[in-house]
Amino acid sequence: MDNQGDVWEVFIQSKPGLAHKHVGNIHAMGKEMALQNARDMYTRRQEGTCIWVVKMEDVTSSVPEEDGSFFEPANDKIYRQATHYVMPEGSKNI
Amino acid sequence: MSDLDKFLKKIENNVKIEPKDWMPDGYRKHLQGQMSQHAHSEVIGMQPEGNWISRAPSLRAKVILLAKIQDEAGHGQYLYSAAETLGKSRDEYINELQTRKAKYSSIFNYPTLTWADMGAVGWLVDGAAIVNQVSLQKTSYGPYSRAMVRICKEESFHQRQGYEIISHMALGTPEQKEMAQDALNRTWWPSIMMFGPHDADSARSGDAMKWGIKVESNDELRQRFIDKTVQQAELIGLTIPDPDLKWNEERGSYDFGEINWDEFWAVVNGDGPCNDQRIDHHIKAHEEGRWVREAANAYAQKNN
Repeated sequence: MDNQGDVWEVFIQSKPGLAHKHVGNIHAMGKEMALQNARDMYTRRQEGTCIWVVKMEDVTSSVPEEDGSFFEPANDKIYRQATHYVMPEGSKNI
Repeated sequence: MSDLDKFLKKIENNVKIEPKDWMPDGYRKHLQGQMSQHAHSEVIGMQPEGNWISRAPSLRAKVILLAKIQDEAGHGQYLYSAAETLGKSRDEYINELQTRKAKYSSIFNYPTLTWADMGAVGWLVDGAAIVNQVSLQKTSYGPYSRAMVRICKEESFHQRQGYEIISHMALGTPEQKEMAQDALNRTWWPSIMMFGPHDADSARSGDAMKWGIKVESNDELRQRFIDKTVQQAELIGLTIPDPDLKWNEERGSYDFGEINWDEFWAVVNGDGPCNDQRIDHHIKAHEEGRWVREAANAYAQKNN
Protein backbone atom coordinates (compact mmCIF):
# COMPACT_ATOMS: atom_id res chain seq x y z
CA MET A 1 0.00 0.00 0.00
CA ASP A 2 0.98 3.54 -0.79
CA ASN A 3 1.66 5.80 2.14
CA GLN A 4 1.33 9.44 2.97
CA GLY A 5 4.29 9.87 5.30
CA ASP A 6 4.33 10.33 9.06
CA VAL A 7 1.87 12.49 10.93
CA TRP A 8 3.45 15.61 12.48
CA GLU A 9 1.72 17.77 15.07
CA VAL A 10 1.98 21.49 14.34
CA PHE A 11 2.47 24.32 16.86
CA ILE A 12 2.37 27.95 15.80
CA GLN A 13 3.45 31.13 17.52
CA SER A 14 1.12 33.79 16.20
CA LYS A 15 3.16 36.80 17.41
CA PRO A 16 6.58 37.28 19.03
CA GLY A 17 6.19 36.94 22.79
CA LEU A 18 3.30 34.48 22.71
CA ALA A 19 3.46 30.74 23.39
CA HIS A 20 3.36 28.23 20.54
CA LYS A 21 -0.13 26.81 20.26
CA HIS A 22 -1.22 23.48 18.80
CA VAL A 23 -3.17 24.01 15.57
CA GLY A 24 -3.49 20.54 14.04
CA ASN A 25 -1.32 18.13 12.10
CA ILE A 26 0.02 17.37 8.65
CA HIS A 27 1.57 14.46 6.81
CA ALA A 28 5.18 14.69 5.68
CA MET A 29 8.30 12.67 4.97
CA GLY A 30 11.01 14.19 7.16
CA LYS A 31 11.44 17.36 9.20
CA GLU A 32 12.02 19.82 6.39
CA MET A 33 8.96 18.76 4.47
CA ALA A 34 6.95 18.81 7.69
CA LEU A 35 7.88 22.45 8.25
CA GLN A 36 7.09 23.41 4.67
CA ASN A 37 3.76 21.56 4.67
CA ALA A 38 2.84 23.12 8.00
CA ARG A 39 3.60 26.56 6.57
CA ASP A 40 1.48 25.90 3.48
CA MET A 41 -1.34 24.41 5.50
CA TYR A 42 -1.62 26.66 8.52
CA THR A 43 -0.08 30.03 7.68
CA ARG A 44 -1.47 30.97 4.27
CA ARG A 45 -2.76 34.23 5.78
CA GLN A 46 0.17 35.31 7.93
CA GLU A 47 -1.08 33.45 10.99
CA GLY A 48 2.37 32.89 12.44
CA THR A 49 5.89 34.05 13.20
CA CYS A 50 7.32 30.64 14.12
CA ILE A 51 6.35 26.98 13.61
CA TRP A 52 7.29 23.84 15.55
CA VAL A 53 6.62 20.37 14.18
CA VAL A 54 6.75 17.23 16.33
CA LYS A 55 6.23 13.66 15.12
CA MET A 56 2.93 12.44 16.49
CA GLU A 57 4.48 9.20 17.73
CA ASP A 58 6.80 11.27 19.96
CA VAL A 59 3.90 12.90 21.79
CA THR A 60 2.74 11.26 25.01
CA SER A 61 -0.79 12.01 26.18
CA SER A 62 -2.58 11.41 29.46
CA VAL A 63 -5.64 9.18 29.15
CA PRO A 64 -8.95 11.02 29.30
CA GLU A 65 -10.74 8.16 31.13
CA GLU A 66 -8.21 8.50 33.91
CA ASP A 67 -8.69 12.24 34.16
CA GLY A 68 -10.06 12.00 37.68
CA SER A 69 -7.20 10.13 39.32
CA PHE A 70 -4.49 11.72 37.18
CA PHE A 71 -5.37 15.27 38.17
CA GLU A 72 -6.46 14.30 41.68
CA PRO A 73 -3.37 15.72 43.49
CA ALA A 74 -4.53 19.25 42.58
CA ASN A 75 -8.07 18.76 43.86
CA ASP A 76 -7.58 19.36 47.60
CA LYS A 77 -5.05 22.17 47.45
CA ILE A 78 -7.25 25.19 47.24
CA TYR A 79 -4.59 27.11 49.19
CA ARG A 80 -2.78 27.35 45.85
CA GLN A 81 -5.38 29.88 44.70
CA ALA A 82 -4.98 33.55 45.59
CA THR A 83 -8.69 33.73 46.42
CA HIS A 84 -8.14 31.30 49.33
CA TYR A 85 -6.67 34.05 51.53
CA VAL A 86 -8.71 36.51 53.57
CA MET A 87 -7.20 39.97 53.61
CA PRO A 88 -7.73 42.34 56.55
CA GLU A 89 -10.59 44.69 55.92
CA GLY A 90 -9.46 47.97 54.43
CA SER A 91 -6.26 46.62 52.85
CA LYS A 92 -5.63 47.98 49.38
CA ASN A 93 -3.62 47.08 46.28
CA ILE A 94 -3.22 43.39 47.24
CA MET B 1 -22.58 5.16 34.89
CA SER B 2 -22.12 3.11 31.73
CA ASP B 3 -19.85 4.30 28.91
CA LEU B 4 -22.90 5.05 26.79
CA ASP B 5 -24.51 7.11 29.55
CA LYS B 6 -21.31 9.07 30.06
CA PHE B 7 -21.14 9.68 26.32
CA LEU B 8 -24.76 10.84 26.09
CA LYS B 9 -24.29 13.06 29.12
CA LYS B 10 -21.42 14.83 27.36
CA ILE B 11 -23.55 15.35 24.26
CA GLU B 12 -26.35 16.73 26.40
CA ASN B 13 -23.99 19.16 28.17
CA ASN B 14 -22.29 20.26 24.92
CA VAL B 15 -18.97 18.76 25.98
CA LYS B 16 -17.03 17.81 22.85
CA ILE B 17 -16.12 14.18 22.23
CA GLU B 18 -12.37 13.73 21.68
CA PRO B 19 -10.54 10.96 19.77
CA LYS B 20 -9.53 8.91 22.80
CA ASP B 21 -12.97 9.09 24.45
CA TRP B 22 -15.29 6.12 24.33
CA MET B 23 -17.90 6.46 21.59
CA PRO B 24 -20.60 4.18 20.17
CA ASP B 25 -19.65 2.29 17.00
CA GLY B 26 -22.47 3.93 15.12
CA TYR B 27 -21.20 7.38 16.06
CA ARG B 28 -17.68 6.55 14.85
CA LYS B 29 -18.98 5.06 11.59
CA HIS B 30 -21.32 7.95 10.92
CA LEU B 31 -18.49 10.44 11.44
CA GLN B 32 -16.08 8.45 9.27
CA GLY B 33 -18.66 8.57 6.47
CA GLN B 34 -19.65 12.20 6.86
CA MET B 35 -16.17 13.61 7.44
CA SER B 36 -14.56 11.67 4.61
CA GLN B 37 -17.41 12.70 2.31
CA HIS B 38 -16.67 16.26 3.32
CA ALA B 39 -12.90 15.87 2.77
CA HIS B 40 -13.38 14.17 -0.61
CA SER B 41 -15.73 16.99 -1.65
CA GLU B 42 -13.07 19.61 -0.96
CA VAL B 43 -10.49 17.70 -2.97
CA ILE B 44 -12.73 16.72 -5.92
CA GLY B 45 -14.11 20.26 -5.84
CA MET B 46 -10.73 21.52 -7.05
CA GLN B 47 -11.31 19.93 -10.46
CA PRO B 48 -14.22 21.98 -11.85
CA GLU B 49 -12.34 25.14 -10.86
CA GLY B 50 -8.95 23.91 -12.00
CA ASN B 51 -10.58 23.70 -15.42
CA TRP B 52 -10.42 27.50 -15.65
CA ILE B 53 -6.97 28.37 -14.26
CA SER B 54 -5.28 28.54 -17.64
CA ARG B 55 -8.18 30.50 -19.14
CA ALA B 56 -8.85 33.04 -16.37
CA PRO B 57 -9.65 36.40 -18.01
CA SER B 58 -6.99 38.41 -16.15
CA LEU B 59 -3.91 37.93 -14.03
CA ARG B 60 -5.86 39.12 -10.98
CA ALA B 61 -8.60 36.55 -11.65
CA LYS B 62 -5.97 33.86 -12.10
CA VAL B 63 -4.07 34.43 -8.85
CA ILE B 64 -7.37 34.60 -6.94
CA LEU B 65 -8.57 31.34 -8.48
CA LEU B 66 -5.25 29.67 -7.66
CA ALA B 67 -5.45 30.86 -4.05
CA LYS B 68 -9.00 29.62 -3.73
CA ILE B 69 -8.14 26.18 -5.11
CA GLN B 70 -5.15 25.98 -2.77
CA ASP B 71 -7.55 26.70 0.11
CA GLU B 72 -9.77 23.82 -1.02
CA ALA B 73 -6.74 21.52 -0.89
CA GLY B 74 -6.04 22.81 2.61
CA HIS B 75 -9.63 22.23 3.67
CA GLY B 76 -9.44 18.67 2.40
CA GLN B 77 -6.28 18.16 4.45
CA TYR B 78 -7.84 19.56 7.66
CA LEU B 79 -10.76 17.20 7.21
CA TYR B 80 -8.67 14.12 6.40
CA SER B 81 -6.56 14.86 9.49
CA ALA B 82 -9.69 15.12 11.62
CA ALA B 83 -11.15 11.95 10.05
CA GLU B 84 -7.93 10.03 10.71
CA THR B 85 -8.42 10.51 14.45
CA LEU B 86 -11.32 8.04 14.13
CA GLY B 87 -8.87 5.20 13.55
CA LYS B 88 -8.78 4.95 9.78
CA SER B 89 -5.73 5.96 7.73
CA ARG B 90 -5.64 8.52 4.97
CA ASP B 91 -4.71 5.76 2.52
CA GLU B 92 -7.88 3.89 3.41
CA TYR B 93 -10.07 6.96 2.95
CA ILE B 94 -8.47 7.75 -0.41
CA ASN B 95 -8.82 4.15 -1.51
CA GLU B 96 -12.54 4.26 -0.69
CA LEU B 97 -12.91 7.37 -2.83
CA GLN B 98 -11.08 5.86 -5.76
CA THR B 99 -13.04 2.60 -5.59
CA ARG B 100 -16.27 4.62 -5.30
CA LYS B 101 -17.20 3.20 -1.91
CA ALA B 102 -17.11 6.73 -0.52
CA LYS B 103 -19.16 9.63 -1.83
CA TYR B 104 -18.48 13.31 -2.31
CA SER B 105 -20.87 16.16 -2.88
CA SER B 106 -22.80 15.54 -6.09
CA ILE B 107 -22.45 19.19 -7.14
CA PHE B 108 -18.90 18.51 -8.35
CA ASN B 109 -20.17 16.06 -10.94
CA TYR B 110 -21.48 18.94 -13.03
CA PRO B 111 -19.21 20.59 -15.63
CA THR B 112 -18.04 24.22 -15.50
CA LEU B 113 -18.77 25.40 -19.04
CA THR B 114 -18.03 29.13 -18.95
CA TRP B 115 -16.13 31.65 -16.83
CA ALA B 116 -19.46 32.68 -15.31
CA ASP B 117 -19.52 29.24 -13.69
CA MET B 118 -16.53 30.29 -11.58
CA GLY B 119 -18.80 33.04 -10.28
CA ALA B 120 -21.77 30.75 -9.73
CA VAL B 121 -19.66 28.09 -8.00
CA GLY B 122 -18.11 30.56 -5.56
CA TRP B 123 -21.35 32.39 -4.89
CA LEU B 124 -23.73 29.43 -4.65
CA VAL B 125 -21.72 26.28 -4.02
CA ASP B 126 -19.39 27.87 -1.50
CA GLY B 127 -22.35 29.86 -0.19
CA ALA B 128 -24.30 26.67 0.48
CA ALA B 129 -21.21 25.04 1.96
CA ILE B 130 -20.75 27.98 4.35
CA VAL B 131 -24.30 27.68 5.68
CA ASN B 132 -23.67 24.01 6.36
CA GLN B 133 -20.20 24.53 7.81
CA VAL B 134 -21.16 27.38 10.12
CA SER B 135 -23.73 25.04 11.61
CA LEU B 136 -21.19 22.21 11.86
CA GLN B 137 -18.85 24.33 13.98
CA LYS B 138 -21.13 23.20 16.80
CA THR B 139 -20.82 19.51 15.97
CA SER B 140 -20.14 17.23 18.95
CA TYR B 141 -16.85 15.74 17.67
CA GLY B 142 -13.96 17.98 18.73
CA PRO B 143 -11.58 17.51 15.78
CA TYR B 144 -14.43 17.99 13.27
CA SER B 145 -15.62 21.12 15.05
CA ARG B 146 -12.09 22.61 15.08
CA ALA B 147 -11.66 21.88 11.37
CA MET B 148 -14.95 23.65 10.68
CA VAL B 149 -13.92 26.74 12.64
CA ARG B 150 -10.73 26.97 10.63
CA ILE B 151 -12.51 26.39 7.32
CA CYS B 152 -15.25 28.95 8.00
CA LYS B 153 -12.61 31.62 8.60
CA GLU B 154 -11.29 31.09 5.08
CA GLU B 155 -14.48 30.34 3.22
CA SER B 156 -16.10 33.76 3.10
CA PHE B 157 -13.35 34.95 0.73
CA HIS B 158 -14.49 32.18 -1.61
CA GLN B 159 -18.10 33.23 -1.66
CA ARG B 160 -17.33 36.92 -2.03
CA GLN B 161 -14.93 36.41 -4.94
CA GLY B 162 -17.61 34.30 -6.67
CA TYR B 163 -20.27 36.93 -6.20
CA GLU B 164 -17.85 39.57 -7.47
CA ILE B 165 -17.30 37.59 -10.69
CA ILE B 166 -20.98 36.96 -11.34
CA SER B 167 -22.03 40.50 -10.48
CA HIS B 168 -19.44 41.95 -12.87
CA MET B 169 -20.85 39.77 -15.61
CA ALA B 170 -24.49 40.37 -14.71
CA LEU B 171 -23.88 44.12 -14.87
CA GLY B 172 -21.72 43.88 -18.00
CA THR B 173 -22.61 43.51 -21.69
CA PRO B 174 -25.84 41.70 -22.70
CA GLU B 175 -23.76 38.65 -23.68
CA GLN B 176 -22.02 38.61 -20.30
CA LYS B 177 -25.34 38.96 -18.51
CA GLU B 178 -26.75 36.06 -20.50
CA MET B 179 -23.74 33.96 -19.53
CA ALA B 180 -24.24 34.85 -15.85
CA GLN B 181 -27.95 33.95 -16.02
CA ASP B 182 -27.13 30.68 -17.76
CA ALA B 183 -24.62 29.79 -15.03
CA LEU B 184 -27.23 30.55 -12.36
CA ASN B 185 -29.81 28.45 -14.23
CA ARG B 186 -27.52 25.45 -14.28
CA THR B 187 -26.10 25.81 -10.77
CA TRP B 188 -29.14 26.79 -8.71
CA TRP B 189 -30.89 23.44 -8.32
CA PRO B 190 -27.75 21.35 -7.79
CA SER B 191 -26.72 23.89 -5.11
CA ILE B 192 -29.88 23.52 -3.11
CA MET B 193 -29.62 19.75 -3.48
CA MET B 194 -26.27 20.00 -1.66
CA PHE B 195 -28.14 20.05 1.65
CA GLY B 196 -29.29 16.50 0.98
CA PRO B 197 -32.72 14.83 1.02
CA HIS B 198 -35.70 16.28 2.86
CA ASP B 199 -35.62 15.53 6.58
CA ALA B 200 -38.48 13.04 6.23
CA ASP B 201 -36.48 11.04 3.64
CA SER B 202 -33.08 11.23 5.28
CA ALA B 203 -32.61 7.82 6.84
CA ARG B 204 -29.51 8.50 8.91
CA SER B 205 -30.32 12.03 10.02
CA GLY B 206 -32.03 10.88 13.22
CA ASP B 207 -28.90 9.41 14.80
CA ALA B 208 -26.76 12.29 13.57
CA MET B 209 -29.05 14.77 15.33
CA LYS B 210 -29.36 12.68 18.49
CA TRP B 211 -25.56 12.45 18.75
CA GLY B 212 -25.03 16.11 18.03
CA ILE B 213 -23.08 15.41 14.83
CA LYS B 214 -25.58 17.57 13.00
CA VAL B 215 -27.20 20.34 14.96
CA GLU B 216 -29.62 21.56 12.30
CA SER B 217 -31.58 19.57 9.74
CA ASN B 218 -31.11 19.50 5.95
CA ASP B 219 -34.34 21.42 5.38
CA GLU B 220 -33.54 24.13 7.94
CA LEU B 221 -30.14 24.76 6.39
CA ARG B 222 -31.50 24.73 2.83
CA GLN B 223 -34.15 27.29 3.78
CA ARG B 224 -31.55 29.55 5.38
CA PHE B 225 -29.41 29.45 2.23
CA ILE B 226 -32.36 30.28 -0.05
CA ASP B 227 -33.52 33.12 2.18
CA LYS B 228 -30.03 34.66 2.13
CA THR B 229 -29.44 34.26 -1.58
CA VAL B 230 -32.60 35.57 -3.27
CA GLN B 231 -31.81 39.21 -2.51
CA GLN B 232 -28.27 38.80 -3.84
CA ALA B 233 -29.64 37.55 -7.17
CA GLU B 234 -32.23 40.33 -7.39
CA LEU B 235 -29.66 43.01 -6.66
CA ILE B 236 -27.65 42.16 -9.76
CA GLY B 237 -30.70 41.61 -11.97
CA LEU B 238 -30.56 37.82 -12.22
CA THR B 239 -33.58 35.55 -11.96
CA ILE B 240 -33.53 32.41 -9.86
CA PRO B 241 -34.82 29.61 -12.11
CA ASP B 242 -37.76 28.60 -9.93
CA PRO B 243 -41.25 29.81 -10.92
CA ASP B 244 -42.61 28.76 -7.51
CA LEU B 245 -40.16 30.87 -5.54
CA LYS B 246 -42.06 33.47 -3.55
CA TRP B 247 -41.90 35.25 -0.21
CA ASN B 248 -44.15 33.75 2.43
CA GLU B 249 -45.03 36.54 4.85
CA GLU B 250 -46.41 34.18 7.45
CA ARG B 251 -43.30 31.97 7.61
CA GLY B 252 -40.90 34.86 7.09
CA SER B 253 -39.17 32.70 4.48
CA TYR B 254 -39.29 31.92 0.78
CA ASP B 255 -41.45 29.09 -0.52
CA PHE B 256 -39.77 27.22 -3.33
CA GLY B 257 -40.51 24.61 -5.96
CA GLU B 258 -40.12 20.84 -5.81
CA ILE B 259 -36.55 19.57 -6.12
CA ASN B 260 -35.89 16.92 -8.77
CA TRP B 261 -34.80 14.11 -6.49
CA ASP B 262 -34.53 11.61 -9.35
CA GLU B 263 -31.73 13.73 -10.74
CA PHE B 264 -30.13 14.03 -7.29
CA TRP B 265 -30.06 10.27 -6.70
CA ALA B 266 -28.90 9.54 -10.24
CA VAL B 267 -25.89 11.85 -9.78
CA VAL B 268 -25.15 10.54 -6.27
CA ASN B 269 -25.20 7.00 -7.63
CA GLY B 270 -22.73 7.73 -10.40
CA ASP B 271 -24.79 8.91 -13.36
CA GLY B 272 -23.97 12.62 -13.33
CA PRO B 273 -22.30 14.31 -16.29
CA CYS B 274 -18.76 14.12 -14.84
CA ASN B 275 -18.63 11.32 -12.24
CA ASP B 276 -16.23 9.13 -14.23
CA GLN B 277 -14.05 12.07 -15.25
CA ARG B 278 -13.64 13.23 -11.63
CA ILE B 279 -12.59 9.85 -10.24
CA ASP B 280 -10.40 8.97 -13.23
CA HIS B 281 -8.58 12.27 -12.86
CA HIS B 282 -8.08 11.73 -9.13
CA ILE B 283 -6.60 8.28 -9.74
CA LYS B 284 -4.36 9.61 -12.52
CA ALA B 285 -3.02 12.46 -10.35
CA HIS B 286 -2.49 10.04 -7.46
CA GLU B 287 -0.60 7.55 -9.66
CA GLU B 288 1.50 10.23 -11.29
CA GLY B 289 2.53 11.52 -7.88
CA ARG B 290 3.59 8.11 -6.63
CA TRP B 291 7.26 8.52 -7.58
CA VAL B 292 7.37 11.80 -5.65
CA ARG B 293 6.09 10.13 -2.49
CA GLU B 294 8.51 7.25 -2.94
CA ALA B 295 11.46 9.57 -3.50
CA ALA B 296 10.50 11.71 -0.49
CA ASN B 297 10.22 8.60 1.68
CA ALA B 298 13.61 7.31 0.54
CA TYR B 299 15.18 10.71 1.19
CA ALA B 300 13.62 10.96 4.65
CA GLN B 301 14.82 7.46 5.57
CA LYS B 302 18.33 8.18 4.38
CA ASN B 303 18.48 11.30 6.55
CA ASN B 304 17.08 9.74 9.72
